[in-house]
Amino acid sequence: MRDDGRANEELRELVIKAGVFKNAEGSAYVKMGNTVAVAGVYGPRELFPKFLQNAEKAHLKCRYNMAPFSTKDRKRPGQDRRSQEISKVIADALEPVIFTKEFPKVGIDIYIEILQGDAGTRCAGINAASVALADAGIPMRGLVAAVAAGKVDGDYVLDLTYNEEEKTKADVPVAYAPSLKKVTLLQMDGDLSHEDVRNVINVAIKGCEKVHEAQVEALKNKYREVTL
Amino acid sequence: MTILKNEKDLVVPGEVLAEGLDYLPGYGAFREGDKILSKNVGIVSIRERNVGVTALSGRYMPKAGDKIIGEVLDVQMSTWFLDINSPYQASLSIGEASEEYVERGADLSRYFDVGDVLYAKIISVSKHKNIQLTMKDIMCKKLRGGKIVNITPSKVPRLIGKAGSMITMIKEKTGCNIVIGQNGRVWIKGENEDLATKAVSMVDEKSHTDGLTSRVTEFLDANPTVKTATKTDYVEGDVNAG
Repeated sequence: MRDDGRANEELRELVIKAGVFKNAEGSAYVKMGNTVAVAGVYGPRELFPKFLQNAEKAHLKCRYNMAPFSTKDRKRPGQDRRSQEISKVIADALEPVIFTKEFPKVGIDIYIEILQGDAGTRCAGINAASVALADAGIPMRGLVAAVAAGKVDGDYVLDLTYNEEEKTKADVPVAYAPSLKKVTLLQMDGDLSHEDVRNVINVAIKGCEKVHEAQVEALKNKYREVTL
Repeated sequence: MTILKNEKDLVVPGEVLAEGLDYLPGYGAFREGDKILSKNVGIVSIRERNVGVTALSGRYMPKAGDKIIGEVLDVQMSTWFLDINSPYQASLSIGEASEEYVERGADLSRYFDVGDVLYAKIISVSKHKNIQLTMKDIMCKKLRGGKIVNITPSKVPRLIGKAGSMITMIKEKTGCNIVIGQNGRVWIKGENEDLATKAVSMVDEKSHTDGLTSRVTEFLDANPTVKTATKTDYVEGDVNAG
């Protein structure tokens, strides 16, 4: 039994909404327990500065940002080393599912804002960005779902909270594209044996499939509401 | 071997539409192994062996033969550059714009100036998305006055309707001149511009629902028009394109 009463392979309370903002071409809201992320997508649109343009495919620009009030201690606003790294890994996690070659020379901009952080912010960010991309009508090979897993007291646990992240031997965020059956992001913070890594990844992939179902539901709900 | 979705089902990217090699991926679909998957959030459309998805959102991607509404952004020595509501600019060269002889170094802004709105046809789109336009088509002209409404480009065929049924109805009820560009721009001019705009937006928002034409008719009948016009001087987009 975990601190919040969840089973080992159970996700936190998951809320996903598609199309939450009017001004962005695509947007999404994701709440995983106490972690809250929103994402907005613009594009494909003309890309500047011009040297970033690629004649073969679209350039994917991602900006991950944490709100100053998202953590216990105020977070100094603005980009730092951590957010730059996360922006890069999120862009790399999403690129394999986007048909970038259909849009030579242009840019696709993804903006992710973390409103509240309780571990797993990059995963919540990926989940939001992937729904926002689909909402913006960008051709994709499928959605990307992400969730972290780890090992606490000998048990493999899914979707760690901040308190669990302190206790875990390793925290492994995994992004997975169910339609392609491919892992697009795999990071590990900590130490695990060979066997443990394999098991933790499998637990995370199972979690991603559950997240994926919620993403699909969120996208379909946006249009069902209009029908009624 | 089997098709897994029905016509008009709502699908999201990565959803399997059909399995086996009996079907071909159409617009908005792609093949992955022996499966056909959706690329977009959209509505399934099945045409014989082709399984496609009509997207419910997204930018306009230029295609040769499309008639579009563009705004002049820049005038150069022998070309105009137009914004065509897509990520790429289009160019219109002097030879494609005018039949008459134009002196070298002549001021092209006396034909079309920055800010002018044109109804033009795309003649070619290169691999690197260089887009060439032409005005040498019966329908092509400069659109004077009126207003522009933007709708989702993939919904243009819905706004036109089967054999133009939807748009003819809106034109008749409001008495407005309406020109639809395949790029999702709609030009409206007439006494009841606001009412026509509302009707066009209604089609855009509710494009994926059934019985839309009758509901738009009801909406237009419920609202008073300034005067019932009988004029039918309008240009129509291509019904089957898009």
